[in-house]
Amino acid sequence: MNSFPINSIRKDFPILKSKINNHDLVYFDNAATTQKPQSVIDSISNYYEKYNSNIHRGVHSLAEKATNEFEKTRTKIKKFINAKSNTEIVFTRGTTEGINLISSSLGKYKFSEGDEIIISEMEHHSNIVPWQMIAKEKNLKLNMINVTDEGKIDLNDFKNIISSKTKLVSLVHISNTLGTVNPIKEIVEICNTNNIISVIDGAQASAHSVIDVQNINCDFYVLSAHKMYGPTGVGVVYGKEKLLEEMPPYMGGGEMIKEVKFSGTSYNDLPYKFEAGTPNIGDVIGFKEAINYIENLGKDQIIQYEDKLRDYAQKELNSIDGFRIIGNSENKIGIFSFTIENFHYYDLGLLLDAKGIAVRTGHHCTQPLMDKYNLDGTARVSLALYNTEEEVDFFVDSVKNLLNR
Amino acid sequence: MKEMSIQKEIIDDFKVLDGDLEMTLNYLMELGEKLDVFNEKDKKEENIVKGCQSKVWLTYKKSEDKLFFSGDSNTAITKGLLSLLIRIFSGKSCKEILDTKLFFIGDIGLNRFIGTQRSNGLESMENKFRIIALSNK
Ligand SMILES: Cc1ncc(COP(=O)(O)O)c(C=O)c1O
Repeated sequence: MNSFPINSIRKDFPILKSKINNHDLVYFDNAATTQKPQSVIDSISNYYEKYNSNIHRGVHSLAEKATNEFEKTRTKIKKFINAKSNTEIVFTRGTTEGINLISSSLGKYKFSEGDEIIISEMEHHSNIVPWQMIAKEKNLKLNMINVTDEGKIDLNDFKNIISSKTKLVSLVHISNTLGTVNPIKEIVEICNTNNIISVIDGAQASAHSVIDVQNINCDFYVLSAHKMYGPTGVGVVYGKEKLLEEMPPYMGGGEMIKEVKFSGTSYNDLPYKFEAGTPNIGDVIGFKEAINYIENLGKDQIIQYEDKLRDYAQKELNSIDGFRIIGNSENKIGIFSFTIENFHYYDLGLLLDAKGIAVRTGHHCTQPLMDKYNLDGTARVSLALYNTEEEVDFFVDSVKNLLNR
Repeated sequence: MKEMSIQKEIIDDFKVLDGDLEMTLNYLMELGEKLDVFNEKDKKEENIVKGCQSKVWLTYKKSEDKLFFSGDSNTAITKGLLSLLIRIFSGKSCKEILDTKLFFIGDIGLNRFIGTQRSNGLESMENKFRIIALSNK
């Protein structure tokens, strides 16, 4: 524990030196996006300075170098989430595009009228709207698993709403609003015994817990690089090869084809079938450094540090008068959505910003969850590996001062 | 010309805060607290200003040819901003309201309320005043 090199870590993230409104930045909005270490920033500019080139099609040296570096990220993320093969790793723009890829592609052949899809009340809009769209188009029924008052998936409710018509379950691994870690292994097991396709939204989990897709045994796992210290505009769909093989492409264009004739086109092999057009090469390359960064620190060490920080924050936050945390599962990460009696989250967000503290306010793209708890929004503190107990103290003191105003 | 002077007054009032964001927000909240008590009965759908992260209500009375506004918000900072708009627009004729160009906001260090998502709040508040003026013309 003591060996977690927090001081040098903070130096690795140049933005943490910023002054915001004459205060040191306290960045507590990590569930929205995390900051990037220098190594990620450098690798992106290095790509543009030294070997910018389009990938896969060139015979020249720059193209070869760019292609190699791009594909190294695929290998890296494959190992990071323990996929079986590189063909199971598809690059996207992010979690949102990933879920849309899955829903559109499966929607073209997998579902027929009256089939059912299950999501939960705690899903991000990215894991609601694509399913609503396909449900509308194909006349499917979309069911939502109840979330308990503490902020946990109601497993009994899940078992009750499964039917012989259930074709797919799409569920968040860790809730961006509640911080709850869902029992996805158990849920996927139920899916697998009932021949139901499982999709896991790993946007919040990828940086804060160990991901092993073979162990989870889900059909799809989706994530965003920018929530794991990597660049924006890059995401991954992991899919079991058998399913990806049979699925039709999501977009048509260059790169995803084998042969194009006006009489018809044959598609490229996996994973390129799903990667039409020039991808976000520089940022995919930068993503590799983000994973390197996490691996060099050690995920177990990171989790240990973050758990301790979570416990500290939970204790300190609860010392604030009128403070109510939304999401009290015993299995959660350092995400605290909260309300303070007689203090609107919008005012709180602006007043904290004046002290250099970045928190998110609003519905966090989880409106059904807000409705469930009868809230129109909350403020949210979300922690990452570079946050400290001192920052938590400063936050708590600042809020207490505001309350005594 | 009168509305110019009200906006200049506001700019002067804020000058002592020297652009300090924290003091500016606190001052805004104090201004909001000084608004006349808003009639709870008027917190109905037709008086809501659309497009705010916070809730805002605005009503008015007409006396002679002048409009007098009252408003409320569920957030203290927005209520402060609203109080400034009420100070500027209240007691003016519809034509005067429509002719008034707002320029004070950038000059009191609150640029952040214009041209970003948050600002939609301010812009929709401003629009509501103008829509009321138009409909009473
Ligand atoms: C749980 C969850 N799912 C999906 C998303 C969407 O991710 P992206 O915006 O990177 O596509 C987010 C981002 O906030 C999230 O927290």
